[in-house]
Amino acid sequence: MTSATSLPNEPKHADLVDERIVIQYFLAALFYLGISMLGGLLMALQLVHWNPLRGIELLSPGRWRMIHTNAIAYGFLANSFLGCLHWAIPRLTLRPVLSRKLSYFIFAAWQVVVLSTAVGILLGQAQGIEWGETPTWIDPLALAGLLLVAVNFMAPITRAKGPLYVTLWYFMAAFVWTFLTYAMGNLLPEYFVPGTSGGAIAGLFIHDLVGLFVTPLGWGLMYYFVPILLKKPIWSHGLSLVGFWGLAFFYPLNGIHHFLYTPIPMFLQYGAVIATVAVEFVVTTVIINFFATIWGSGRAVVTNLPIRWFYTGMVFYFLTCLQCSLQVTLTFQALIHFTDWVVGHAHLVMFGVFSLWLLGIMTYLFPRLLGRAWYSRALCEWHFWLSTVGLFVMFAGLTLAGIFQGYYWASLQSWDVSTDGSQPFWILRVFAGLAMFAGQLVFVYNLYRTWRGDSSEAAVGIEPVRA
Amino acid sequence: MFESRAGVLLVGGLGFFAFAFLSNAVVPILMYQHLPEKEVAELPNANLMYEFEDLSRRFPESFAKHYGQPSQEKCAEALELGRKIYIGEGCWHCHSQFIRPVSNESRRWGPVSHTKEYQNALQRPVMFGTRRVGPDLCREGGRRSNDWHAVHFHRPASVSTGSPMPEYPWFFEGDPSKPNERGLAIMTYVQWLGSWLESYPYYEDYQPLPTLQENGP
Repeated sequence: MTSATSLPNEPKHADLVDERIVIQYFLAALFYLGISMLGGLLMALQLVHWNPLRGIELLSPGRWRMIHTNAIAYGFLANSFLGCLHWAIPRLTLRPVLSRKLSYFIFAAWQVVVLSTAVGILLGQAQGIEWGETPTWIDPLALAGLLLVAVNFMAPITRAKGPLYVTLWYFMAAFVWTFLTYAMGNLLPEYFVPGTSGGAIAGLFIHDLVGLFVTPLGWGLMYYFVPILLKKPIWSHGLSLVGFWGLAFFYPLNGIHHFLYTPIPMFLQYGAVIATVAVEFVVTTVIINFFATIWGSGRAVVTNLPIRWFYTGMVFYFLTCLQCSLQVTLTFQALIHFTDWVVGHAHLVMFGVFSLWLLGIMTYLFPRLLGRAWYSRALCEWHFWLSTVGLFVMFAGLTLAGIFQGYYWASLQSWDVSTDGSQPFWILRVFAGLAMFAGQLVFVYNLYRTWRGDSSEAAVGIEPVRA
Repeated sequence: MFESRAGVLLVGGLGFFAFAFLSNAVVPILMYQHLPEKEVAELPNANLMYEFEDLSRRFPESFAKHYGQPSQEKCAEALELGRKIYIGEGCWHCHSQFIRPVSNESRRWGPVSHTKEYQNALQRPVMFGTRRVGPDLCREGGRRSNDWHAVHFHRPASVSTGSPMPEYPWFFEGDPSKPNERGLAIMTYVQWLGSWLESYPYYEDYQPLPTLQENGP
């Protein structure tokens, strides 16, 4: 938006978006990404007997596994999302967030939540809920934080005039869902509901985190950034409605698919399987919408790096949901449940979809936030390829490993046959993970040189656009 | 409604979430509400007490220091601490605790899991688990001696060749013959798993495949 085309009373970018807090959130996010990947590396080395730090309590792979997942979810993804929301919501609603002071308070409070989670887990105080290992005494603070986030962002959304864009439907719903999901998952199985019913709730929690916190924020951001970068509108408004309402209805019904063949009542398990397949149909409409949007502008995937990150992530999203609709069936589950197939699936979605999207948004926004082009376009490309190829190799290797493990177990051979047989896949995974990690190191180095104001011959980067 | 704030927040946000919660969480809660939930104090059974007393004989100094006499109350105390350790160390991320009716699991480990096995205070939250790097543990009690568990926790690869399980020397004062309070507790917890079954212990039936082939049926 230049002054030549903006309306006379339109708020200025600087009044709407607090760029400093966006940068702060992104930097915090990258810090936790590093921590999480180091934890992942530790576990990966342990499994292939290459861990040089064995027998040290505070470096126990079991505890670091929980730090790995929580640092990604609450450290990297949550912080990145909050940074993106501070950019997107004021620009979409043409209203600033409720209070900048509150924004900084929330930032500080959230880092306290994440860091104390990490320290608590390190000291052996994890809570026994998958993806909810945040120690019980931190849960109230996290819930208060989520409430404040909702309040801070709902203020501009309620004040916005005119029809609401699809991104805002997703964001609004995400604020409600994230709070409810976090409360349900962290409080009910621990304090109120034991056993199998608690397991049903735990299943709902695990999937609602993915489907009702991460997914709506991620897709909301895609609906926001893709039309801006492609300079084209989303292809179909109708499909946007189908996508949002389909997700809203079917996603919450999926949760029990994490615990198939447990003593949870069978009719509920069938229901979860059917709901999961239904979500895949809904997802397909969203993918069709986005690919129809880029139809005719396909070259953008080559020239426009953020678009490449976004559309790669969307391909992986389609793949992961297609895989999900197949692997959720009881036939597949009999073989692959408990195996590395599921671990591969989780990495495909958490890194291959959402992390790629957020790294793409950072690739787009950092030049604007820092006021200069990337130091090196070549390093941006290295970042993309190391991340994507590394992730895909990890996914493919673990998926295959899962099939082998399932058959080893079913064949009633002794257990060590399955762990020994997994070694080649686990070794491959170490190198895939190292490639992904190297990609992020390249990114951080590029960011550092950009921040320092260095330019290189390769600085044919993304030109910043000032609003 | 479909594009309005109220519609999105109330119908999509609250309404559909509530519908899923009612149908997927409240329904099983209501279905199982008649099942009694056991307190920890009620959990030590004869099989577990046998193992607990065995711990007091094998590791007399440690046991006397932390638990004194092997009573039911002390056993319940050890169970609670053992479970806290099981969660805190992330054991539940590599070991599961439910046997499925597929994939020959009941031949390998024992009876398929039943809801009433999870109706106790030590399954708040439930320890179903979602990954098996190591074997399922819900029928582990009584399969192996306390000595085996002591050495295994201290350094798993020394008894389980090629095991990728991490080492837990902080459960011991130096070597496997000296478990500390945490070591005794986690061993008690593992020996509890499955000890409530009538068919306990289940180790006689399962033999890994090569042995079956060598020795015949």
